[in-house]
Amino acid sequence: MGILEVQNVNKHFGGLHALNNVNLNVEEGKVHAIIGPNGAGKSTFLNCLIGKLAPDTGSVMFQGQPVLGKKPHEINQMGISRVFQTPEIFSDLSVFENVMIPCFAKRDGSFMLNALKRVKRETDIREQAEQMLIDVNMQDKLHMEASSLSRGDKRRLEMAMCLAQDPKLLLLDEPTAGMARADTNATIDLLKHIGETRGITKVIIEHDMHVVFSLAETISVLAQGAIIAEGLPEDIKGHPKVREAYLGEAEV
Amino acid sequence: MFGLDKKDTKFLLIVMFLTLATPILLQPFPEGSGLAQFNAGYPDLMQRFAIFGIFAIGFNILFGLTGYLSFGHAAFLGVGSYSTVWMFKLLSMNVLPGLVLAVIMSGIFAFLIGFVSLRRSGIYFSILTLAFAQMSFNLAYSVLTPITNGETGLQVYASDPQYLMGEDALTTTHLFGFAMNKSLKLPVGSWEFTFNFGYYFCAIIAIVAFYVSLRIFRSPFGMMLRAIKTNQNRLMYTGINTRPYMLAAFVISGMYAGLAGGLLASMDPLAGAERMQWTASGEVVLMTILGGAGTLMGPILGAGFIKYFENIFSKINDNVLHGWFNWLPDGLEDAIVWLIHPFVGKGWHLTLGMLFMLVVIFLPGGLVEGGSRIKNWLKRNKQPKPNDDDHQPKHVAHVAEKEEF
Repeated sequence: MGILEVQNVNKHFGGLHALNNVNLNVEEGKVHAIIGPNGAGKSTFLNCLIGKLAPDTGSVMFQGQPVLGKKPHEINQMGISRVFQTPEIFSDLSVFENVMIPCFAKRDGSFMLNALKRVKRETDIREQAEQMLIDVNMQDKLHMEASSLSRGDKRRLEMAMCLAQDPKLLLLDEPTAGMARADTNATIDLLKHIGETRGITKVIIEHDMHVVFSLAETISVLAQGAIIAEGLPEDIKGHPKVREAYLGEAEV
Repeated sequence: MFGLDKKDTKFLLIVMFLTLATPILLQPFPEGSGLAQFNAGYPDLMQRFAIFGIFAIGFNILFGLTGYLSFGHAAFLGVGSYSTVWMFKLLSMNVLPGLVLAVIMSGIFAFLIGFVSLRRSGIYFSILTLAFAQMSFNLAYSVLTPITNGETGLQVYASDPQYLMGEDALTTTHLFGFAMNKSLKLPVGSWEFTFNFGYYFCAIIAIVAFYVSLRIFRSPFGMMLRAIKTNQNRLMYTGINTRPYMLAAFVISGMYAGLAGGLLASMDPLAGAERMQWTASGEVVLMTILGGAGTLMGPILGAGFIKYFENIFSKINDNVLHGWFNWLPDGLEDAIVWLIHPFVGKGWHLTLGMLFMLVVIFLPGGLVEGGSRIKNWLKRNKQPKPNDDDHQPKHVAHVAEKEEF
């Protein structure tokens, strides 16, 4: 049994059959990549997982618990975190505060009226957040306003925010999109590093085959809303259906 | 001290000093001098400074932190006033039960209105709150006349039961026998300072209100509210249920408004429906933005500014103007008076409007930003070349630092 089990998920947008009986089984502790050409339905699929979109039919089970119908914050509290395609951070807050918020969310749950406590006295939260920023190598940017970070740093910050919650499942939507090669490699290292020490299951949606083949242990190929192939990276590389779907676009 | 760090303690002490010394600070011109009419140190106005300060501080907890612009906060002000006057009518002229009821009732109202309005954000939220406030106003004005006394306004009559009223109890509002309208007049040279009990009562409550808001700003709760303002989506996907945070902020700021309304009634035991009208809701929005939304000091400054204008500028009529310019040749005097006339007296709104536009355009952070710009400018002049990045780190814009001014 996998940590995440998706069964027969369908989603229509008007006449468009965006997801067609998608089945997916993600094993615990593994890095599972979902690849596919543009418009294949990858982001739609991810949005269904985190409660941003409701699929028409199908079921999504996380650790044996149904995910569908739950609110985004409830899904997150179950242990699913997501890194977005464009970094979603609290741009008006400092880098430090950005990481403290998920730490609070993890410790205090989805709501706590702690209006008379002091952020300055929350030593454990502060230490956690600081350690997290050291892990992503951003400790020197602690007091910078998040909006003033570079794009790559924003991405790293977002990842730190997700990791600070110590999620069981991390969903990454093109984590290296728009990054320079050096940043991409740094991100790959980071993802590998946290994979080893924390055993977080990861689902990665990615265009960059370099990233996919450096990280993924299992690959599912999504094309026109349906999973057309699934297997180990070596198998996917030579899969005829995959080559067809990409029309030679990717250098696989 | 008080669970604050050094900087905040200093800040609070400054606010305390300014508030407690207001009767002296606002009376800078000697009696009888031409400028005496700019003195604002009389009880009625000072009470308004403190009360509307509380109103704006509360409003800022909602608008300044979460960015949700409520256009109906006057409804809570009105609810607070009515509750307090009812306590005067039923129990006695002691203000305490009235204020407690004002806070509770406005909290309940805020919960109900917030529960519905917070289902929408942005302009739709503003419109919903505005609609609720106008509904409250119209109800108070007509349908609920048995409770609100409609057009006449709710007031205390000799025939009211006043069950807790003692034999020789005060018939004016008081706190355990200390009358709100009691003043100590202290002439110093040609100055005269008025220390009014009602003002000090409001002032101490205002200081407590400010302190609570300071604590909220520094709390994890306050941080979540600021996170809602900058990226509500991310917060939801970070496992935070934003709705109860918003609702709590809305109720807290509604309770502040109710407290302010209760104090208004405590200073003058009247409550009219016009206190709930949309212009009153708009006023607190102006105060907060003028002073600096999201800053601690801004709303208080804004409230003081607007109340000062309302009470002082509006008193400058043509006679006063002629008095000022009578040293000029007749034709010129008339011309200048004609020129200034639309901006003062009844036209004080025009001056305020222009000032508001200038602030919004040139100082988006409000008067507080103006203050900090002046401070920075003075600093730069003092130390011509810092050029030492380690000891003079570049200023990083940071929300928590905006409130130093």
